[in-house]
Amino acid sequence: MNYIFYFLIVISIIAGAINGRLQEVVNSILTGAELSVKVAFSLIGIMAFWLGMMEIAKKSGLVEIISKLIKPITKRLFKEIPETSPAVGDIAMSFTANAFGLTNAATPIGIKAMEELQKHNSDKKSASNAMCMFLAMNTAGFQLVPATVIAVLIGAGYKNPTEIIAPTLLVTTIAFLSAIFIAKLLEKYWKPQSHAASDTIDGGHR
Amino acid sequence: MFQSLMNIISLWALPAIILIILTFGLVKKVPLYEVFTSGAKEGFKVSVNIIPYLVAIMVGISMLRASGLIEALGGLLSPLLSHFNVSADLIPLMIVRPLSGSAALGIFSDIAHNSGAEAFTTKLAAVMVGSSETTFYVLAVYFGAVGISKIRYALLAGLLADVISIAAAILVCNLMF
Repeated sequence: MNYIFYFLIVISIIAGAINGRLQEVVNSILTGAELSVKVAFSLIGIMAFWLGMMEIAKKSGLVEIISKLIKPITKRLFKEIPETSPAVGDIAMSFTANAFGLTNAATPIGIKAMEELQKHNSDKKSASNAMCMFLAMNTAGFQLVPATVIAVLIGAGYKNPTEIIAPTLLVTTIAFLSAIFIAKLLEKYWKPQSHAASDTIDGGHR
Repeated sequence: MFQSLMNIISLWALPAIILIILTFGLVKKVPLYEVFTSGAKEGFKVSVNIIPYLVAIMVGISMLRASGLIEALGGLLSPLLSHFNVSADLIPLMIVRPLSGSAALGIFSDIAHNSGAEAFTTKLAAVMVGSSETTFYVLAVYFGAVGISKIRYALLAGLLADVISIAAAILVCNLMF
């Protein structure tokens, strides 16, 4: 993250200077900072609502039932996470919300899943393999119906906007599967978090 | 048929999830109100905790967009992409999509209104926007919420998947439309 942060800002300043848009770049610091606080504050209410709902789902044992249902999949994708962990249920709920395009619910539940994954993480500053897998799957943005896109198309006067659903579904599935494949591949070749972490988590299976 | 089914599912997904959670909780004799509020308390803390991470990423992205670099990159890529029926209008969209969701949607509306709703470019843009996520935002929020600063290969995996998604969108749209 250090390098990403550094290069994002340094490249912007250099490119802004070359393009004669340095003033815009400086102004954009304020816009970006304001926007991030707005985003965070707009999350508070909906985050509270879904965290409350998820707490009920957890206490009632619903999350556990869902975890058991999808165990065959998560067992392969998230090897380090014990099958009984609430993280498994949270991950499942998060993808359900994403698939139905419920962004408002997906973010709080996804964060909840990250918190559960963090409990199994040996190095709290560094992302575990399970977290990288979860995020790779998330950034691929699997979605059954792209509701916002269809709304824009209708606004522009597209007569049959639902014809983009099938190609979108096909493309998003390809992206989703490649994300899983890439994450699995990188997991093997990327250096492990730390020696302590790789010893305790893998237990020498590989 | 497929369309109306999809609409019904989209409309009912949220209410159904809420009904199931509450009813299941009541049957299992969970004190709904107390448990809900104790879980909801975390909402404020989590939202406030992610602010520093969001500021770092969103200021960076905002600066990048203001710098004009994205347009410059577009100029470099356009001769290559025109081979695949990809109009130069789509290049900013491809670059912005992983960076900012609202900006990508803005560019997409622009394309839809300027190229015409039935144009190939519009359809391709729709598929690109609909089949991808705001990678940087997701990383900042999710990792920020648990205080992780070493993200290892998460960004690389996300961006590679984005590239594959763009390639797949171009391929599928060329075959279908």
